[in-house]
Amino acid sequence: MALGDLSSSSSTSELHVLAVDDSIVDRKVIERLLRISACKVTTVESGTRALQYLGLDGDKGSSGLKDLKVNLIVTDYSMPGLTGYELLKKIKESSAFREIPVVIMSSENIQPRIEQCMTEGAEDFLLKPVKLADVKRLKELIMRGGEAEQEKTSNLISPKRILQNNIFFFIIFFIITITIIFIV
Amino acid sequence: MDAHVAQLQMQYRNYILSLYQQGFLDDQFTELKSLQDDGTPDFVAEVLSLFFDDCVKLVGNMARALDQTGTVDFSQVGANVHQLKGSSSSVGAKRVKGLCINFKELCEAKNYEGCVRCLQQVDIEYKTLKAKLQDMFNLEKQIVQAGGIVPQVDIN
Repeated sequence: MALGDLSSSSSTSELHVLAVDDSIVDRKVIERLLRISACKVTTVESGTRALQYLGLDGDKGSSGLKDLKVNLIVTDYSMPGLTGYELLKKIKESSAFREIPVVIMSSENIQPRIEQCMTEGAEDFLLKPVKLADVKRLKELIMRGGEAEQEKTSNLISPKRILQNNIFFFIIFFIITITIIFIV
Repeated sequence: MDAHVAQLQMQYRNYILSLYQQGFLDDQFTELKSLQDDGTPDFVAEVLSLFFDDCVKLVGNMARALDQTGTVDFSQVGANVHQLKGSSSSVGAKRVKGLCINFKELCEAKNYEGCVRCLQQVDIEYKTLKAKLQDMFNLEKQIVQAGGIVPQVDIN
């Protein structure tokens, strides 16, 4: 099995993005922006619905709701109920979903808010109104992150190779031992 | 027939430019238009329709909240203003957005008369914009019916 196989697996598949926003206008716009950027999109209207979709709401039976793995979560900050920040925290606290990049969107450029989100593990913070250039840049960031992951795993030596290396040494050792015994 | 199409297209161009010059629209509207293509020819119309529905709902909420004379919940009014500011910003409704910014300050100051006046202005403003954009869509329809294509208008 060639090591090269590991890097080609999912680099060409589409990103599935979960977009969370309480504004129906913004949901429509972000959905369009993501579709143009060749992403699959699921939109939900609240943080609570987002958790339900992911199966994180404590209701064990609901994890069957999603049929596609989510690769990126984009969420508004100011939402009634669970804010974008609280949603971010819940996702980063979950062992199943903490690896999913989360991006926060907000109409307000409040530095402490941005820092708080980045500290909690947000991938990026977008200022609304979100433009196509923002989404394209975001997609590149996420895709590059994915490729870096695959690069990392393909550089690891496979167990088979380790075994092959060890057998090689054993054979050499054996030959040397036999030679020494023969000489003596 | 070509002369008629050319005339309609010029009328359309001038109309769009005037909407920007008079501050009705800003570059977010341009951005929305750029997201529309032959595969999604109704995208802008759909977004605007959602926006105007939102306006009706939010203005209604604010009117009801301000109607509670003596016990007005200004944070409730403010929350609705915040939502309207967000959606008007997302569609490029510059004047509506500007009014919302003032409105927010009036809510924070708990200025009852100011809020009531501002709400009236918001109501007039979004209805005016709705009528103007309807005229724009009608012009587009006329151009297409006359066999022409709707021109891309360069704002700069």
